[in-house]
Amino acid sequence: MTGLWVGVVVAALGCYLLKLAGVALPESVLDHPVVRRVAGLLPVAMLAGLVVVELLDDGGRYGADWRALAGMAAALVALLLRQGVLVVFAVAVAVTALLRLVT
Amino acid sequence: MPDPTPGPSAADRRRVDRAAAGIALYAGAFGATFGAVSTGSGVDLGQTMLLSLLMFTGASQFAFVGVVAAGGTAVAAVSAALLLGIRNAFYGIPVSRLVRPRGVRRPLTAHLVIDETTAMAVAERDPALGRRAFWVTGVLLCALWNAGTLAGALLGQGVDLQALGLDVAAPAVFLALLWPQLRERTAPVTALLGAAVALALVPVAPPGVPVLAAAAVALVLGLARPGART
Repeated sequence: MTGLWVGVVVAALGCYLLKLAGVALPESVLDHPVVRRVAGLLPVAMLAGLVVVELLDDGGRYGADWRALAGMAAALVALLLRQGVLVVFAVAVAVTALLRLVT
Repeated sequence: MPDPTPGPSAADRRRVDRAAAGIALYAGAFGATFGAVSTGSGVDLGQTMLLSLLMFTGASQFAFVGVVAAGGTAVAAVSAALLLGIRNAFYGIPVSRLVRPRGVRRPLTAHLVIDETTAMAVAERDPALGRRAFWVTGVLLCALWNAGTLAGALLGQGVDLQALGLDVAAPAVFLALLWPQLRERTAPVTALLGAAVALALVPVAPPGVPVLAAAAVALVLGLARPGART
């Protein structure tokens, strides 16, 4: 359990220091084109990876609940309809919960 | 430098405040989801609150507890949270230009630099409105995110998160965060490759590692295409 505490403190402090670096360091440090490009692609690749892992990883094996996938499909429709994150969040959760209620 | 404009109108200020309140409302709901998911993942109440109070960046928090829930190591959880948190450093550039924090305001400003506050601040053409958007969104969102986390952590115990559909909250918000970034030229390829590599590693790599491998995809693509603008 102490290992997890150390992880929580290191990760939380590290994330704060990243924010502080952004507002405290001179712009030139972060404004290198390669640095910017890698930094811009990092969340793109990681968020995409997180989405598939959250939906399709069933304890180290492939597995999916079609009702969760349907909820995500509804979220995608909401995004295509230019809805904000609040609506996307609510639609995904509501559709998944509703399908689980009736099936 | 004298300011040639008389400052934002009352109507504009109200519009910004309303938009900020809407985002904070979502943050309260999402924060409650985080509290419930986090404590359901084997992260205790104190650890959950420390994540919301100090880390205060939703994607990293969900990534952290997701790795813990899957049985991954603390190192994998920390790495995923930090790699996702790097983007906040880059949000600091436009935010500092706008807010120009000095002295004790600097560590406070830094704490509030996240997706939502940056998007709200840079969306305003009038710098005074942009600063207002940053502070109002930041303060409201921080308050409701932490209140929501506490409520979710306390009330979520014993609640069936699956029945409420809350297990799709994190992937849905990840998708919503990813969506606007896909307009950049190399982003769709990066997203597809990141997802494919992460998925391929699910049955063979320890928990948490598939998402870190997706980060490696970004590194390789970013370094390999020096001429490409992203």
